Formats: sequence, structure tokens, C-alpha cells
Amino acid sequence: MYLSLLLQATPTTSSLGTANPVSIGMFFLFVAVTLYITYWAAKKTKTGSEFYAAGRSISGFQNGLALAGDYMSAASFLGIAGMVATKGYDGLIYSIGFLVGWPLIMFLIAEPLRNLGKYTFADVVAFRLRQRPIRIVSSVGSLMTIAFYLIAQMVGAGGLIKTLFGLEYEIAVVVVGIVMTLYVLFGGMIATTWVQIIKAVLLLSGATVLVLLSLAKFGFSPAALLENVSTTYGQEMLSPGGYITNPFDALSLGLALMLGTAGLPHILMRFYTVPDAKAARKSVFVATGFIGYFYLLTFLIGFSAMALVGKPSIEAIDKGGNMAALLLAEQTGGTAFLGFIAAVAFATILAVVAGLTLSGASSISHDLYVHVFKKGVSDEKGEMKVARRATVALGILSILLGLVFKGQNVAFMVGLAFSIAASANFPALLMSIIWKRFTTKGAVWSIATGAILSLVLIVLSPTIMVDIMGYEEAIFPLKNPALVSMSGAFLMGIVVSLLQPEPAAAAKFESEKLRTYLGVGAE
Amino acid sequence: MNQPLQTPHEILESPDFKRLVKKRWSVSLVLTCTMLIVYFGFLLLVAFNKQVLATRIGEYTTLAIPIGLGIILFAWVLTGIYVFWANNHYDTAVENLKNKIS
Repeated sequence: MYLSLLLQATPTTSSLGTANPVSIGMFFLFVAVTLYITYWAAKKTKTGSEFYAAGRSISGFQNGLALAGDYMSAASFLGIAGMVATKGYDGLIYSIGFLVGWPLIMFLIAEPLRNLGKYTFADVVAFRLRQRPIRIVSSVGSLMTIAFYLIAQMVGAGGLIKTLFGLEYEIAVVVVGIVMTLYVLFGGMIATTWVQIIKAVLLLSGATVLVLLSLAKFGFSPAALLENVSTTYGQEMLSPGGYITNPFDALSLGLALMLGTAGLPHILMRFYTVPDAKAARKSVFVATGFIGYFYLLTFLIGFSAMALVGKPSIEAIDKGGNMAALLLAEQTGGTAFLGFIAAVAFATILAVVAGLTLSGASSISHDLYVHVFKKGVSDEKGEMKVARRATVALGILSILLGLVFKGQNVAFMVGLAFSIAASANFPALLMSIIWKRFTTKGAVWSIATGAILSLVLIVLSPTIMVDIMGYEEAIFPLKNPALVSMSGAFLMGIVVSLLQPEPAAAAKFESEKLRTYLGVGAE
Repeated sequence: MNQPLQTPHEILESPDFKRLVKKRWSVSLVLTCTMLIVYFGFLLLVAFNKQVLATRIGEYTTLAIPIGLGIILFAWVLTGIYVFWANNHYDTAVENLKNKIS
């Protein structure tokens, strides 16, 4: 979460940062293939259901891969491997937090979400409540989550590409912004899904090869790898270190990582691409398996980099260790393999920002335009026009934000995005699914409380006050606000709903059950 | 075929449907709580008793490594258990109820 992808150091001991023909070739191949897919998808993307939900034609397995693709960002690939390479075991604690949210998505949310909604998670929250207020607040919650996530990705992309290809930061940001806008604008969810699937396969296979090449140096024995790490850097690398000391900090961060996953709009949106609840269920199983496997790989990559490249050399290039995986690739597979892994990292960023942009555009066109400005009556043509305009606007905005935040420490924004997702989006979504007496006012207050508390508390937390503004101490003690902001959101939702019951909403709760549990009438 | 058809309202009120919804949430809640206990138990262990996790179980391998990787595997197995249950029990019950709707 606090994975700094700001790579300002100039590489000295590796070919990083120079134009590598393999990586440039690979990158162009990826862009060419994905743009061709976009062209193919564009012909199939006419209706709203095709643009937002790929015509519900994605299989459970494909969606599982695409979910994994959406979730395995460059930050988790490079950042977690780097954290293990520089801090040892603590990096794994982080990945566990990112993974354990997935089972909860399956047990609590996936199937009702698929059965009740159409394109966005706000469909579910608004299902039996009053449309306008719910749509307004939930799209604010969505857009805030997306914006912070997007800024972190764009700034990370610019820095990463500069380090990888020696391309100017500004050019990199503009290229990423334009290519991902093309995917979403013309190919909608169909193109975005296939970009995710290709990227997931590339990333998983690239990381697997990297692990095999590294383990080969230790006679394919992980024990020998750990022995090397222990004898060179000390046994303490192999057990939890200073990462978690305060249990409340641990709890708060754990909640944000775990339940934030269940409130990420671009992840939730993917459940509408499959035909039914059964496929939604299968896709979580597939996604959890691939993501878990991926974190196992990053763990091994981190330790291999520590042993083979060496901690000092990794830290010399980037203090956070973000280049560990790439340096390891160069060491074990030469410049060509480095090029391959670099191109995969770039593809990863492109795919993630495309997913974010699509879900942002859906929130604007489907939630705000149709249900707020048009009061629920809009023709499909008008809605699609707005969706496409919103895509272009978000593409431009993400480029501008990438440029504005150049050189800023934006690593905290991923943590903030997870905290808002866990506090503003998740509680309202869960309560609307399981609690009969949940009301419109309760939902509005819950979402607003979660979002505002997350924002205010993160500014007052050590993450910003100490690490960025340089104060000695922070007003709010926890690094991530989720413990307080999420509890506040649940509490507010419950109290407000109980104080002012909404009989119409409660009555509808009963009648929607056929749809929630049997899928009768699901779109 | 021989079953009498029921109105949606009758289905909602039927004991079969109520039992299904109850069962669905008990399975979900048990699995959810298991995941929460395992994950937060691990975090508390990390926060309060690092020594236990630093125990060596091999020449260099610590207890922390199989536990950490085990949690990842465990999370996946839990999703597998849910899918197995839902595919075999839940879906069948859903089909039966859907066939009764007039």
C-alpha cells in the first residue's frame, strides 16, 4: 500500500533506463495486439450491456483471470517483491492482507451483486432505496476511490517507464493515457476484459519463469534459497520484523486491505460480465487461486532478488526496492528477459488503468447521467454517448493528474483508495444486501461518513503528517484510518436507519429476495 | 411436472425458500468468520508474539513461512469449499424452487 513507485534514482549498474530493443519490441507487440482486439471488440460494442458488461458473455474462468488481471497491479508485482527483497518476511504479511478479501467477496457479495445489479454496484444499493440520493453519494464514493487509485497508478507508470525504457516521464504518462482511453472508448468492457486476460497470463507466466530461473541457481531448493538469505542478511529476514508493532495499526490496515477489496468499483463491476451467479462464484474461485499463486511467486522473487542481486544493489537503484524483480530478471535471464519483464510491467499498468477508467465512466454515465440527471429515463443511445464522453474526459483527466502529481509522494493514495472503498462503498453495499431495515438516509449517511472520515483521518495520520509533511507526531495515531472510518460508516448507517424507518424499502426487501437468491428476473 | 405451481409470494413464504436463505447465510457466515479469525489471529500473533513465528522448523526455515503461505492456500481452499457446497446443494435447491414458480 505504501509502495513507492517513484523512481527518481538513476540506474548505475544495470541496463535499466536505456532503450532495450526487446522490451520496446515486446511493448509494441502488446499494444498492437491489444489495439487489434479493441478494433474487433468495437464491432461488438453497440449496446449498453456490451459496453459496460461485455454482453454478459464472459465465462467464469475468463472472468476469474480478468479479475486477477485487474487486481495484480504493477505496484503489487514490483512493490511486494521489492518489499520482500529489502525487508524480508514482512512483505508477505502485506500480500496476505490483499488476498484474504477475496473469499469475503465470494461469501458475502458476489452472487447477490450479480443477481440484483445491472452495471455498477450502486445498482444494488439503490435497488430498493430512493434512486437519486443513493446514486449521487455512491458515485461520489466510486469516483473518489477510482481517482486516488488512478493517480497512484499514473504517477507510478510515468516513473516506472522512465526507469525501464528511458522515456521521458511526461511522454510515458501521455502514452499510457491515450492507449488505455482507446481500449475503453472503442472496445468497452469486451476489450478491457481481454486486455486483462492477456496481461494476467503474461504476468503469471513471466513471474513463473523468473522464479524457475532463480531457483535453478539453488538446485531448485527453496530451503537452499532461504539458507542463503539467512547466512547473508541474518535469520531475522525470515520472520516478522518491525512492520507491525501496534496491534491497532495492524487491525486497521488489515481491515482496509481485506474489505477495501470488496468495495473496489472496478472489481465489483466485473461480476456483471458473466451470465449468472454460478459463473460469478466460479470466477472468484479462479481469481483467488491465481492471485494467491502470484503472491507466492512475488515472495520467492523477493528472496531470490535479495540473494542473487543483493540488497545493497537493489537499494542503490531504488530505496523501496521496486526494481528488485527487474534486476533479478536481468541477472538470471539477461537483457532479453529483462525486456520481457519490463514490457509485462508496462502492460500491467495499462490494463489496470483501463479497468479503472471504464468503471469511472460507468459511474458517471449510468449512475449520474441516467439516474440523476435523466431521473431514470434515458435512451440507450444517449447513455452510450455520455459513457464515451466520460471515458475521454477521464482519460484526459488521468493524464493531467499524472502530470500534476509528478515527483510527489503519492504512494499513500492506494491506501486511501482502499480505505474509502472499505468505508464508503463496502458497508452500504453489504447492509443493502443483508439488512431489511436499511434506509435511503442510512445509506447516504453511511457512505458520506465513510468517505469523509477516511479523507480527514488520513490527512491527520502519520502517513501524511509525519511521512509527507514532516511533523514529529500525528494527531490521529493509525497509519490507515479504516478501523475508525469503516466502523463509523456501519454505525451511522445502522443508527440513521433505525431512527427513521423506511417501510417501502423494507417491503421491497422481501420481494427482491426471489431475485437475490434465485436469480429470478436478474439481468 | 406433478408439483403444484406456486405464486412468487407463496414461494417467498414457503418453508423451503426460507430454509434455503437461512442455510445460505449460515454457510457464508461460518466461512467468513473462519477467514476473519485466521487472518486477524495471524496479525495479532505478528503484533504480540513474534518469537513464536521466528521458531525454526528446519535448518533456517521459520514457522512464519509455512503459516503465511498456508493462509494464502487456506483462503483459496475456503472459496473452493463454498463453490463445492453451492454447486451441489444450493443450485439444486434453487432449481427446484424456480420450477415451482407459476
